Amino acid sequence: MLVVFVILAVIAVLAGAMVFVVDSMARATYALAVSFIAVGVALLVLRLEYLGVITILMMVMEMAIMAIYMIMFMGMNPALMPMSMVHGKRAALGAAIGTFLLLVVGILLVPWPVRPEPAAASTQELGSALMGSKMLVMMTVSPIMFAAIVAGVSLASARTRYDRFGDDLDHAPTDPQPGGVGR
Amino acid sequence: MTLQLVLITAAAIFCVGLYGALSQQVVVMVMMGLELMINGVLLAGGAVWWFLAPAPTGQVLVLLILAAMTLEMAMGFAVAVLLHRQRGTDMTDMAGDLAR
Repeated sequence: MLVVFVILAVIAVLAGAMVFVVDSMARATYALAVSFIAVGVALLVLRLEYLGVITILMMVMEMAIMAIYMIMFMGMNPALMPMSMVHGKRAALGAAIGTFLLLVVGILLVPWPVRPEPAAASTQELGSALMGSKMLVMMTVSPIMFAAIVAGVSLASARTRYDRFGDDLDHAPTDPQPGGVGR
Repeated sequence: MTLQLVLITAAAIFCVGLYGALSQQVVVMVMMGLELMINGVLLAGGAVWWFLAPAPTGQVLVLLILAAMTLEMAMGFAVAVLLHRQRGTDMTDMAGDLAR
């Protein structure tokens, strides 16, 4: 189990680093996907069957979407035209290494409690907790997700009703071409 | 396998993501850095469940991190679309009005 985890840990960290090393955007996305899959399998090693599987499924899909966005938005492709796409590299590197050292010192110094008995059926426990004592968590997450849908659409939409009807919504619609049902 | 080993791995992933989020110029690459940071937090949450809190609370925490990650992704892409439409850019340096 230790060997498997060490291999997964090395893959996860190296693939994560590759994201910012490789030139091609598509390769960076794949590297991030590999890092997520390694973490998902590590969660499986920790017997979090359900969470490990949904991590892998969600992240593979998310990286597929991300690859599309990369191709849509990247005006210049560093794979075709090698260039540096970073700023403040030294400060960022310093902050990252400093944070890592701080975290490692904290991890090694904290007197962690001894492990209690591990749970037997983790997925079943999670399901009954979500439908019982932890239901409030999901009840809180769902309106936040709905708010994110609304915010995402209103941020990303090109012409809203305020563009069409004016700030007070009392103008005739200024559409480039009349349409609809003729009202 | 010890708790410390898993947490140090998580810290390493988190800090690689931190470097990316701070240093990258392209908005989508900054988001990849943030995703990597949350990836580390995810692993740390799993470790806390396995080693410290076998009650389902730890799992709910991991589920919450996953939800936060998807929301970050969705809002990040919305902002990227807005930035691209308003400025025709995909770089953070060209959207630094508030920093000045």
